[in-house]
Amino acid sequence: MSAPTTAGPVTAGPPKRETEVLIVGGGIMGLAIAYHLALRGVSDVVVLERGYLAAGASGRNGGGIRMQWSTEINVLLMLESVELCKRFAGELGVNVWLRQGGYLFLAQSEGERARMEKNVALQNRHGVPTRMLLPEEARGIVPELDVSSLAAACYNPRDGILFPWPFLWGYANQAAKRGVELHTFTEVTAIEPSPAGFLVQTSKGPVRAQRVLNCAGAWSPEVARLVGVELPDRPHRHEILSTEPLKPFLGPMVSVLSSGLYFSQSMRGEVVTGITVPDLDDGSVKLGSRLRFLTTLAKELVRVMPRLAGVKVLRQWAGPYDVSPDGSPIVGEVATVPGFYLACGFTGHGFMMAPVVGKYYGEWLAGGPRHPFFDRWRLGRFAEGKLESEEMIIG
Amino acid sequence: MAGKVIVCRCEDVTQSDLDHAVALGYSHLEEAKRYTGLGTGPCQGKECMVACALYLALAAGRPPSEVRPFTSRPPVAAIALGTLAGPDDPGEGGG
Ligand SMILES: Cc1cc2nc3c(=O)[nH]c(=O)nc-3n(C[C@H](O)[C@H](O)[C@H](O)COP(=O)(O)OP(=O)(O)OC[C@H]3O[C@@H](n4cnc5c(N)ncnc54)[C@H](O)[C@@H]3O)c2cc1C
Ligand code: FES
Repeated sequence: MSAPTTAGPVTAGPPKRETEVLIVGGGIMGLAIAYHLALRGVSDVVVLERGYLAAGASGRNGGGIRMQWSTEINVLLMLESVELCKRFAGELGVNVWLRQGGYLFLAQSEGERARMEKNVALQNRHGVPTRMLLPEEARGIVPELDVSSLAAACYNPRDGILFPWPFLWGYANQAAKRGVELHTFTEVTAIEPSPAGFLVQTSKGPVRAQRVLNCAGAWSPEVARLVGVELPDRPHRHEILSTEPLKPFLGPMVSVLSSGLYFSQSMRGEVVTGITVPDLDDGSVKLGSRLRFLTTLAKELVRVMPRLAGVKVLRQWAGPYDVSPDGSPIVGEVATVPGFYLACGFTGHGFMMAPVVGKYYGEWLAGGPRHPFFDRWRLGRFAEGKLESEEMIIG
Repeated sequence: MAGKVIVCRCEDVTQSDLDHAVALGYSHLEEAKRYTGLGTGPCQGKECMVACALYLALAAGRPPSEVRPFTSRPPVAAIALGTLAGPDDPGEGGG
């Protein structure tokens, strides 16, 4: 039996009493930002996570990463994100199992086809090799598809999927190695503004912090309320399931625009698939699994891929989307509470955004340049009516 | 290899995999499940979960009475997509 020697990223005992930066939430956003701060010399950082690392959406997602978007800013950021992911093995010392099998989007109406053409043209202008396909050509990529109701499809071979967990551990380990304190099972219960910053109450004692970052995902409205700020993002239960493992047969992640169905095959051979099911969105985070999801998903998946009818579902689970009203994130410093920062509203694509958001957040807070997305995605845009609508949202 | 003890047969997780998870601080069942893949195979942990949970508690120095099972994921038994899709299913009846 091998005697384990490596120490993990989680710090034992209560958090230190004073810190420069306190991050609420140990999901992919909190960890990515912590790592990028430390990388630039700001290592007086404490990350507080109420559960285990990535107990929230980050530990429950599908791992999809794509460059197919409807806004220039997302196309450019996600191009960069894929490049960063490819370098992770060297940079973070982990293999995130990035598999570039592409994303295949399916359009069923003329309206969807028209929007698809517009988005593909935008992506092409920025060097993303997405191409429009006829239904028959889509079948060339996924032979099992029933294309009888298809109007068109589009495909970018450079999109892909990755395995979320190593990603998280990579950031956590590298942040901890550079001096960041990471506390699990530690909840933030109160945040009081004080002359030198904030006095933060936690389930393991108080911490004084000059700056506080709200990286609490679907719980970020609750955390913002601790400093009297109302956020417009809302939690939405998103369910997903995994089937028995099959021999490799499916290259891309496939998504049906009209229903929000998506499915891909993991490295373990399982078909991982989800779909949007309406929910009672009353502001609370719900993670229960529903039979209604299973039947809704199965109907749509078997319609699109009749050959999967005999494949068995092994397990289903749910995670919280942190849904922003216009589909774009909410980031930057809150104007009314100086020193209080947001990184939330990432809806259904926060995992793939974390590499770039972490990088530019770290760069900015460490005194470097401020990426233009901090202006575009500021909280104030909702009150000003300047929405940044992104239509390529799945689920 | 001598001393190689399988603790989750479905996913080929060994005792030393668990030791490694504990050493990294991932000693709670939910964390170790994600780190090693234990309990995610065809039996969905029915065979391995209790033993793994007890071993983790022991290795991390926690009393076994504190052990909590991980969230059991529906469905209780594997079920075909075509069955779930119901009678409208075009895959049934030879389609
Ligand atoms: C089923 C599903 C599939 C998805 N698929 C994809 C995909 O394919 N590609 C993609 O890019 N994205 C996907 N997403 C979205 C992605 O997972 C999220 O956008 C991303 O993980 C958000 O990360 P986060 O760190 O902001 O939030 P989270 O991971 O939710 O982290 C927030 C953390 O804050 C903690 N917290 C809350 N309140 C407190 C408090 N008071 N004190 C301390 N800690 C607190 C929570 O415990 C939680 O761990 C999917 C999401 C789901 C649910
Ligand atoms: S023995 Fe562990 S999942 Fe089946």
